Amino acid sequence: MEFDPVLLARIQFAFTISFHIIFPAFTIGLSAFIAVLLLLWTATKNDKFHRIARFWTKIFAVSFAMGVVSGIVLSYQFGTNWSRFSEFSGNVIGPLIGYEVLTAFYLEATFLGILLFGWNRFPSWLVTLSAVLVALGTATSAFWILSANSWMHTPAGHEVRDGIAYPLDWLQVVFNPSFPYRLAHMVNAAYLTTAVVVLAVGARYLLAGRHVEESHTMLRMAVGMIAIAAPLQLVIGDLHGLNTLEHQPVKVAAMEGHWNGEAPGDLVLFGIPDEEARTNHYAVVVPHLGSLILTHTLEGTYPGISDFPEEEWPPILNVFFSFRIMVGIGLLLIAVGFWGAYLWWRGRLFTSRWFLLSSSYMWPLGFIAILAGWFVTEQGRQPWLVYGLLRTADGVSPVPGASVASTLALFVFIYGIVFSMGIYYINRLINAGPKDVPIETPAGVPNRPLSAAEEAAREATGRSRGEGPGRPLSEPEG
Amino acid sequence: MEWYLPVIWAGLIGTAVAMYVILDGFDLGLGVLFPIAREEEERDVMMNSVAPFWDGNETWLVLGGGGLWVAFPQAYAVIMPALYLPVIGMLLALVLRGVSFEFRWVAKPSHGMWDIAFAGGSIVAAFLQGVILGGLIQGIEVADGQYAGGAFDWLTPFSVFTGLAVVAGYGLLGTTWLIMRTAGPTQDLGRQYAPMLLALVLGAMVVISLWTPLTVDRIAARWFSLPNFFFLWPIPLAAAGVGYLIWRWLRAGREGLPFVGSIILFLLGYVGLVISTVPYLVPPHLTFWDAAAAPASQIFLLIGTVFLLPLVLGYTAFVYWVFRGKVSPGEGYH
Ligand code: HDD
Ligand code: HEM
Ligand code: HEM
Repeated sequence: MEFDPVLLARIQFAFTISFHIIFPAFTIGLSAFIAVLLLLWTATKNDKFHRIARFWTKIFAVSFAMGVVSGIVLSYQFGTNWSRFSEFSGNVIGPLIGYEVLTAFYLEATFLGILLFGWNRFPSWLVTLSAVLVALGTATSAFWILSANSWMHTPAGHEVRDGIAYPLDWLQVVFNPSFPYRLAHMVNAAYLTTAVVVLAVGARYLLAGRHVEESHTMLRMAVGMIAIAAPLQLVIGDLHGLNTLEHQPVKVAAMEGHWNGEAPGDLVLFGIPDEEARTNHYAVVVPHLGSLILTHTLEGTYPGISDFPEEEWPPILNVFFSFRIMVGIGLLLIAVGFWGAYLWWRGRLFTSRWFLLSSSYMWPLGFIAILAGWFVTEQGRQPWLVYGLLRTADGVSPVPGASVASTLALFVFIYGIVFSMGIYYINRLINAGPKDVPIETPAGVPNRPLSAAEEAAREATGRSRGEGPGRPLSEPEG
Repeated sequence: MEWYLPVIWAGLIGTAVAMYVILDGFDLGLGVLFPIAREEEERDVMMNSVAPFWDGNETWLVLGGGGLWVAFPQAYAVIMPALYLPVIGMLLALVLRGVSFEFRWVAKPSHGMWDIAFAGGSIVAAFLQGVILGGLIQGIEVADGQYAGGAFDWLTPFSVFTGLAVVAGYGLLGTTWLIMRTAGPTQDLGRQYAPMLLALVLGAMVVISLWTPLTVDRIAARWFSLPNFFFLWPIPLAAAGVGYLIWRWLRAGREGLPFVGSIILFLLGYVGLVISTVPYLVPPHLTFWDAAAAPASQIFLLIGTVFLLPLVLGYTAFVYWVFRGKVSPGEGYH
């Protein structure tokens, strides 16, 4: 059988990194949320913050584990799947990954132990400090990896000699032109996504009449976050797009479905791009709005897809539709933010069944938008791996297609199991809720053959395990 | 500058790999021992004894791999494709065992699947790490700076043997860790299996010490030529001495010393392998200097490393210290 190693390597990388990013997106947001809750608890001494923080910490632990193991895979895949790319760019972005390990990974991995297992062993300030450090670590990790990724989109501060990139100016490498926008857009996306999950969980509890006090706090914090972060995301996204227009015009043309660069751009709300005919079918457009957004004048022009030779085109359809999915979700979330804020102002946030019901189904939206956004960005870069410098087909490892195909099958199989079980367990933890959870039994079942009598005795003597010490997930009970 | 930078980096990466082998070694070793422990409670204790650390331990693997990319991009770009299948296999095994740390607890009482995933993932990961080591020692085919061999070049009786040796070695670290950090049945388990594993490890070290010079001339020349011979013979002798001490300590019921001894034994074996391969990163083609990154890149990260690595070591030690003490079912964390 013949396999195309480049295509397979791309599919494998796209699969493993799409799997990975779901968890960082959630853990970046959740670690910050938990740190804020613990700081609030320290400041107010109100135990509800502590209860909410502990509840989310259990979910965080499961998500973090999946993020770590899938991330370790990625760090090696640069070499296994993209060895020529690694050789080409190692001098320039290798050190950025090195800094990520030293400043971020150790920090989060080490203090995670205290955050997860330290609740009753250590003073609360140490646990709170660890939560802050973990949150800092995840954000720092985003900083470095996005810098590396942005360099692949908008390389700067380097020179190429004998087919290898060499650094000239580290500040220009790290703060390359698209990096500030990408960092802001991604970190904000992570906070937004997490806020939507928190919103959905709070709404679910309120609809079921459970954990009322905690849900009120979760709902308020989530709505506040969405009302600010969602509009902000639109602003950052717009600036990001302007930056892309400057550096990767063909990507923007594909996102907009804009074929003819001579004419002012319309905003294509919907349509089906046709690469053969070089036009959009069934297009619904707002005339001149594209020009207004991208050039800030009604008659301004900017390059269209047809202005570029076909071998420079990214996959138009994918970029076009992924972009609409992301922006569509972005607009929806802005609406949710305003709706929630309005209800809050009118004092009906906790009683509006419509709001609660629709919110309770929204939890996957942020993740979908993040994946869609990355598909726009990464597919829009094609056929380049490092924009303008190294083509994707030239970056691949000399590994037989059959090897890549068989490991790809293994990835799909194992990730499929891990992912579905992970979601199932997270769902179980959510169903168990903040209060109902006996300390050592997060899912309502004893960890170890702890006698039911012992449990009942604890309950009876009022030593509520829910409040007390003990790390829920993995602690041996004494 | 140009001359010693690659040497510094080789030393740093070597240190990261040594840290990884020791720290994740006992951690994976517990997975190797998992099938032997039958009681759920024993398995709980075993896992709990490393639960706060496993993530940090594995980060040394990222530093080792990432460091190789940063400092020696050419070596990274040759080694990874050459060892493609065992590397990906090891990563997948690490995925399964890594998630088991959390999944196993939230899945209770139906966690049997994650017991298997933890044990299976740890054993496969340990085995494949040994295979990768063996594959590297054997040598890798390179043409035009690219890997030029087939998909299964790494698979030889030698690499399978080193794979099994690493499984036994991690098992030894695991048993001695249990003796040090736990009490009761899990400690007994450690005591019961440590001597056997010690014998296996020493035996494997002897076999590898004979096998490599017999099959690879370069290694024979390194060890048996004069005057090297006189400088190098203390290493095997020291290994034998440490092996004997560990055995004595086990007999005497010491708790911490067997673990310390096992670490030293590992380090001696590691030093032996380093001596066999220096200065090659990709034997027998690429040396430290052939594969080095641009000096500017090596310096840029070195500056950070000088400040950050001690910090990392400091807080890693701090976390091990705050979690010190015995972990056992009777006397839990509070
Ligand atoms: C925007 C954020 C972001 C992005 C784009 C990526 N990661 Fe990631 N990664 C994180 C954010 C993150 C994180 C928040 O720091 C993690 C997520 C899991 C976790 O929960 O920590 C993490 C974990 C993580 C780990 C394990 C760290 C540990 O041992 O604790 C590795 C090795 C990587 N990642 C490597 C990569 C590579 C090679 C990527 C790209 C090709 C990548 N990540 C994309
Ligand atoms: C985290 C979110 C990310 C997602 C969801 C994502 C998604 C993708 C997708 C879908 C592809 C395949 C594109 C195609 O071949 O058509 C791809 C390729 C690639 N991405 Fe990303 N990406 C992400 C981040 C990153 C980062 C942070 C880096 C590096 C620092 C990176 C490096 C690469 C490389 C090396 C390829 C392979 C070459 C290529 O096909 O262009 N990606 N990514
Ligand atoms: C509200 C309107 C939005 C606009 C106008 C917008 C704009 C953009 C643009 C232009 C890009 C491509 C950047 C490039 O050229 O490579 C992008 C990428 C991306 N978007 Fe959005 N976006 C919006 C909403 C969202 C939302 C709601 C999320 C997630 C919650 C999101 C997540 C992402 C991600 C993860 C990427 C890829 C990383 C990057 O390049 O920044 N976006 N966005």
